[in-house]
This record gives sequence, C-alpha cells and structure tokens, in this order.
Amino acid sequence: MAFTTLGDAGGVETEVRRRLAAGGIDVRGTVFRALLLLGLLLTLLIIVVLLLDVITDGSTVLTERLGDFLSGTLRSRSSDAKLGVHQGLRGSIWIGIFVTFLAFPIGIAAAIYLEEYATDTRLTRFIQLNIRNLAGVPSVVYGLLGLAIFVKLLGGTSSTGGLTGGRSLVSAGITLAVLVLPVVIITSAEAIRAVPDSLREGGYGVGATKWEVIRSHVLPYAAPGILTGTLLSLSRAIGEAAPLILVGAVTGRLGGDPGILDLGGLRDRFTAMPIVITDWVKKANGGSDDGGAGLDFASHAAAAIVVLMVLVLVLNSAAIVMRNRFEKKRG
Amino acid sequence: MDAEELAMDEVVDDGIEADISTTEAAENAQLAEQIVLRAADVDVYYGDHWAVRHCNMEVRRNEITAIIGPSGCGKSTMLRCYNRMNDLIASARVAGSIEYHGVDLYDRRVDPVEVRRRIGMVFQKPNPFPKTIWENVAFGPRVAGIAKSKSDLDDIVESSLKKAALWEEVKDRLKTSAMGMSGGQQQRLCIARAVAVDPDVLLMDEPCSSLDPIATTRIEELMQEIKAEYTIVIVTHNMQQAARVSDRTAFFTAAVDEEAGVRFGELIEFDRTEKIFSNPSDERTENYVTGRFG
Amino acid sequence: MSDAVSPPPLDLSDLQATPKRARRERTVRVVLLAAAMISVVVSGAIVVSLLFEAWEFMVNVDWSAVWSTGWFPRNGIYDIKTLVVASLIVTGIAMLVATPLGLGAAIFLSEYANPRVRRVLKPMLEVLAGIPSVVLGFFALLWISPNLVQNAFQSANRGNLMAAGIGVGILTIPLVASISEDAMQAVPHALREASAGLGARKVTTSIQVVLPAAVSGLAAALIVAVSRALGETMVVFIAGGAGDTALYTDNPIDGGLTMTAAMASLASGTDAVVGEGLTFPSLYFVGLVLFVITFGLNIIADRFVRRVREVY
Repeated sequence: MAFTTLGDAGGVETEVRRRLAAGGIDVRGTVFRALLLLGLLLTLLIIVVLLLDVITDGSTVLTERLGDFLSGTLRSRSSDAKLGVHQGLRGSIWIGIFVTFLAFPIGIAAAIYLEEYATDTRLTRFIQLNIRNLAGVPSVVYGLLGLAIFVKLLGGTSSTGGLTGGRSLVSAGITLAVLVLPVVIITSAEAIRAVPDSLREGGYGVGATKWEVIRSHVLPYAAPGILTGTLLSLSRAIGEAAPLILVGAVTGRLGGDPGILDLGGLRDRFTAMPIVITDWVKKANGGSDDGGAGLDFASHAAAAIVVLMVLVLVLNSAAIVMRNRFEKKRG
Repeated sequence: MDAEELAMDEVVDDGIEADISTTEAAENAQLAEQIVLRAADVDVYYGDHWAVRHCNMEVRRNEITAIIGPSGCGKSTMLRCYNRMNDLIASARVAGSIEYHGVDLYDRRVDPVEVRRRIGMVFQKPNPFPKTIWENVAFGPRVAGIAKSKSDLDDIVESSLKKAALWEEVKDRLKTSAMGMSGGQQQRLCIARAVAVDPDVLLMDEPCSSLDPIATTRIEELMQEIKAEYTIVIVTHNMQQAARVSDRTAFFTAAVDEEAGVRFGELIEFDRTEKIFSNPSDERTENYVTGRFG
Repeated sequence: MSDAVSPPPLDLSDLQATPKRARRERTVRVVLLAAAMISVVVSGAIVVSLLFEAWEFMVNVDWSAVWSTGWFPRNGIYDIKTLVVASLIVTGIAMLVATPLGLGAAIFLSEYANPRVRRVLKPMLEVLAGIPSVVLGFFALLWISPNLVQNAFQSANRGNLMAAGIGVGILTIPLVASISEDAMQAVPHALREASAGLGARKVTTSIQVVLPAAVSGLAAALIVAVSRALGETMVVFIAGGAGDTALYTDNPIDGGLTMTAAMASLASGTDAVVGEGLTFPSLYFVGLVLFVITFGLNIIADRFVRRVREVY
C-alpha cells in the first residue's frame, strides 16, 4: 500500500523504481526486525533453559522415587527416604479449594454488581478505583493483612485457636482468596462487559427482570471469559508463597500429615508447595541451620517445582484453550 | 415551554382528535375510543441532548401506527418510551406523560418489567438469544410465570411460532440453536418470542432494516396477520413500508432551535396514513414523503 | 388480551411489580452490592492493620536506629535505607532486563507478527507469566547466579542482588509485554496507514509513529512493572543472598535484603515473630513503606492508562 501511494505522490517512474529497489536492502529495518526477533528468542530461550534446568535437576527424584516423593513429608535431611511433598500438596489443594469457594463467588458477584447494577455514582467509582488499586498491592502486604487479621485478631490464643486456628490452613486459604479477589473481579467484569447489549435488550423486551436477564443470558454468555479469569487466578494463588510465609506456613519440620481431604487438620499448622520449594532451595544453598544436608535438596526442590508447575500449567493451559475457543466462537 | 406554545399544541391536538373521531365513528364507534397509548407533551433527554420535544400522539387499538422520519429525529427514542426501554440508558430522562389504558407508565409505582411484558419489542437487528429455538420462545412465559408446566410451555412455543409463521419451518428443529437460522427467520423468531408472553402492544424498531426484500415482505404480511390481535407501533426508515402496512403515520424530523442552538427531534404531523402520504398538511411532511429531503 | 374486542380495563395495580419477583430482585441486588463492598472492606483492613502496627513502631522506635548501618531487627537496628536501596537495585536490574525484552516482544507482536505467529508466541509469554515466583527464585539462585553472575564477577556471592534482579526481570517481561502491546494495539490503524502512505518504512512507522502515540500506555506498563518488581518477594528472598539480617550495601553482586525479603525472612523460620519488642511492628513499618510506594506508582500508572483511553 505504501508504494502505490508513493507512486501517486512521487510520480516520476525512475524514482519509484529506485525506491522499490531500495526496499530490498533496508538496513535499518532489517536490523530492527532482527533485534526484535533476537529479544523474543532470548525470552523463549529463558523459558526453555528454565524448564530444562528444572526438569534435569528433578528427573532423578521423579523417576526413581516418585511414589515416595508424593507421599513423603518434610524432613531435615535430603537423604531421608521419607522426604516428600505430601503436606505441601495438601496445603496447596486446600488453598485452591478456599479460593474457589470464597474468591470466585464473591468476585463474580461483585463484578455483576459493578457491570450490571451500579450506576456511575461516586460510590461506584470509588469501588472501582479501590479494586484496581487492590490488584496492584504486593502479595506480601496481603500476608501482613492475613497475619494481623486472620492469625492474630481471629486466631485467638494458642490454646483456644479462635475462629481460624491462628497460623492455620484456614488463615492461609482466606488470605489467598482475598489476594486474588480483585483479579477475579476485574477479569469477570471484562467478560461481562463483552456481552452485547442486544442480548440484554432481548431479555428485557419480553419482560424479564434484571436478575432474570443476568442469570439466563448475561452469565451464560460471559461464562467462558469468567472461567478463564478464574482459572488464571487459581493458578496464581497456588503458585503464591510470600503471603503464606507471613501467615506462618511451616518451613522446617511439620508434625502431622493428615489425608489430603481430611477436614480435621484445617485449623492446624500447614505448609504448601511453594513453601516446600523455598525451604529446599534455601537448604540446598546451605542457607539453613542444618546446612550440612548438602546439595541434594536442590534436586528435590526441582522435583517439587515440576509437580507445582504441572498443577499450574494444567490450570493455565485450560484457561488459554478456553479463551481461544471463546474468541473463535464469537468470531 | 412557554404558555403560547402550550396553547398551540393543544389546538393542533384537538384538530387531530376531531378529525379522527369523525372518520372512526363511521367505522366503529367502540374502537374509536380505544386509545391504547397516549403521549402528552413528552420530552426525552439523553444527558444534555434533547432527543424528543413536546411529543403528543395516540396509538389506537388493533392498528398499525408507523413512525417515520430522517435519521436522528428521535423516532426510535419515542418508541422506546412506550415500554420504558429508555430506563436502561443511564443518562436518559423522560418528562411529560405516557398513558397506557389511562395508567401513567412513568408513575413511580409502575414496574417497567410488567410494562414490557404487556408492551413487547422487536429490535432493529434480529437478536435471538444464543440458545435453542425452543428456549428463545419459552424464556418470556417462563420468567413471567405464565406457564405452569413443560407442556404448557410447549403449547405456548407452538402457538407463538405459528403466529410468527415460523412453525412449519422449525418444528423439527426446536432444540437446535437459533443462531443457525437465516436473518429473516431470526427476526420472525424474535416476533414469536415477543408474542409468547401474550402482550397487548408490539413495538417494532425498524424490524426489516437488516433483512432482504423477500424477508421484509414476509414480516410485513405477518404484521397484517397479527394486527387483529395486537396493537403495533413500527418505526421505519422506509416510507413505502409505512405506506404499505400502517393505518396511521407519525412524521418526526430533526429541528433546530436557532435561539438556543440545540437540535432536537420533533413530531411534525400525525394522521391517517393515506392523509400523510397523499395530502399532508405540513410542508415538511410533504417534502419528506415526496423524497425532497431525508 | 387474548380477547380482542373488549380487553379488561387496566389499572395501576396491573403494572406494579409482583411482590415475589420484586423481593427477589431486591435481595439479589443487596447480596451483589455486599460482595462489591467486600473489596472496600479489604482495602480498609489493609490500611488499618498496616497503620496500627506501624504506628506502634513509629512512636516507640529510637529513630537513630532507622537510619543506621544495616537491618538487624532482632537487635533493634532497623536501617530502612538498607532495604530501600536493595529494593531499588533489584528493581533497576529487573527493569534493565524486562524493558528491552518486554517492549521488543510487544513491538514484534503488535507490528510485525502475523496472526499465526501471534497464536504461537502469545501463549508462550502467558506460560512465562504463569510461572510461580518461587520457580524463578530457584532458577536465579541455582542457575543464573553460578552461570551468569558468578561467571562475570568472581567475587560475587552465591546469592546476590543481581541474580535476584535478573530473576525478577524475567518474571516482569510478560507484564511489560502485555500492557505495552495493548497500548500499541490501541493506536488507530489510520495512523500507521498515514505513515506508510507518506512512504515511511515499517521500522520508521513503528519507532516514530506508533511508539510515540502509545507512549502513555508504555509509561503505564513500565510503572506497573516497577511496582511489581518492588513488591516481588520470593525471588529475592531465595536468591538475594541474605539471611534475616543485612548490612547496608549498594553493590549488586553482594547479598542483600529488599523490603519484601526482609518481611519474609523476619516471618519465616521461627514459630512466631519474636525478638526485641519492636520486631513485629517493624514488619508492618516496612510493609507500610512498601505499600505507600507501590500505591503511588499504581495511581500514576492508572492516570497514564486513562489518558490513553481519552485520546482514542
């Protein structure tokens, strides 16, 4: 297109030819493009190296003692045959459950309110600004919130355990649900905003109430988009470690190891996959008190990363696939 | 609005009223009284924009009333006042009164949902729900609590689709998606969806503007068929369509108030369709229907 | 109304809401509003809990200990500049990594890539975006540090701020890429066509037309990235090379404690945050400083994003 316009403007045939020919040796353009590609390749290379590094480091553990590794618990020595991630998996799964049952319904409900009910008032704008700001608050600050409110304020004394049980899985689950809440609201609101108004009008036109229109038409249409957002926030919650450290996830030795779906231990001390990984990486580097345990913690950390990444990647790819299908369907 | 204008409006109003009642009396004295919707001094604003100014018009029972006029003259806006669809636009404000069988639609106690159940709407672009044909028609009666059981709903779906002259075409694929239908079929489905809640009035906002001539003819025939049961108000861009289908025609245009420098939509003339198209009393109407502007 | 000749005369009560439906609408509305208000409650709780404990710290601390030589909270030495400088070093290095790579990816995706390439590349960036930060911490400590940093600087610690910064930078690439790409996509196509119509090459169009037009969005992307890098905890906690204490340093190849890592290390390892009286409140003091900085950055970024929306 550039050239046709150029021809009209320039007019002179030789000039056109010269310019057309020059297109073949556009040095600046080629260099720029090459730089961009190089940057992109570097980024991809980082991903590849990272994944390969983790997988090679973790492969021995995963191939030789996968069963023990998945059923084992936190230990102080990497040579301990009972070393494994069972407690971490349990913690992470429960955190996922808390997020699913707290953050998703509340977040989606808030998004419906903001998109469908709220008029452009000061209160609405305040809530919206507030949610955008919450989404930018560092995760560690949510940890401080959890520590102050769920652990100390609602945790009671160490003997009674209060509402949450103090440094417990309940506190951690609620903290992470609060952490992803703004993201759930924002992505759900986007999905709801994408629902065409003609659909709402169709519903109102036959005498449906607002909620009937929302429940029967708006939400089903927005569902794939909402699901994508919620899956991404779920995977974020499962990978998050900083707030858990503040809320008091156990890094050293954790006594009990109830079954994964055992409700009894919810008010007890806990750990989670990212915490297990952090602990082992630090131990591998000799950063811990029992530093003598040596580098083999590194391979266990890598193996635990593979387990966590599988969890996270499954959720993420599900979200991406869902979104692509959704975009295709909408044309 | 100042007093003089008010007086003017009333004079015009009375003129139309008298004129109509003599003609109607010859046909059917009872029906002549049956004004379904009466708009009195209706002003509509979108934020600062004055979309419709001082509109007075009546819609009569079992008639097709057409609203014609150039783009931006407020005809769709006026139509949407009749079933309070304008409530959905946050900045919209309606002043004056619109009475439906003598009840002020904008009374604080009136629920727009109930209004829309009785005064249904068909939109410019066919907008079936992305669900099955059956669900499209059954949605309204179900939420309104009209049907008690699945078989009641089946009956309503069937009769509505028959009224919309769609039954024969879709009876074997009621459980397939409505999005797979042609544009004309989709629009007839929207008509079936609208009549399924047993409304009194049907508002049609340029229902044929996105359809081809054959589908358009089909819809126009359909309007004539269902006119005995419903009161229909149709907004159309197409003067021939208004002339073909309607009993009465309202001509709107966009006027400019030179002093205030604002543009607004205004009802110029409202009369029997033959009169509007053969012997309009306002020059602007004549210019429009003869194609000299718009 | 099925009776065409004489309809039942209608009165106001016919047009009033049925009590059951109206009640349900009201209930739903209240429930949804309550859900929306929870976010306000959360914000309030964050601010109150930060201020409450931080106030405890600020009124009781000997302020000379807040401008001192290092971060030794259990010994009553709370040099905030040690933490802030380490945070700035990590953030600076992170931005050196994330800006070129993230912007480059954005320009390529927005201006050069055809739809097929986009469909492959975007998910890859999303994979990167989905990698938990502890994984980057592992990678920074056990791969980046020995293979890159210690290779280049013999004297570097195993855990050091530079390795942590590179790790944080990698984590930030997808964020920079996606916000900047959105900003560039928002530039009207007509501008590109106008530029091409004047005979400009693609590179000229990209650099001299699209980038300036998208500058607000790009600024927002970088500010958000800075805010995210400042708030990133785990990479620095794992790979930053300090325990729960640190001496002041401005050398990137030393180990150091950022604000976030200081909080994490103070809270981990022991059953409770214990130590000298103000250890626990000091956690909230650091949290408050971090919160105020990131909050300010986010507000500024928000302004920039709004400007983009207003222009187009």
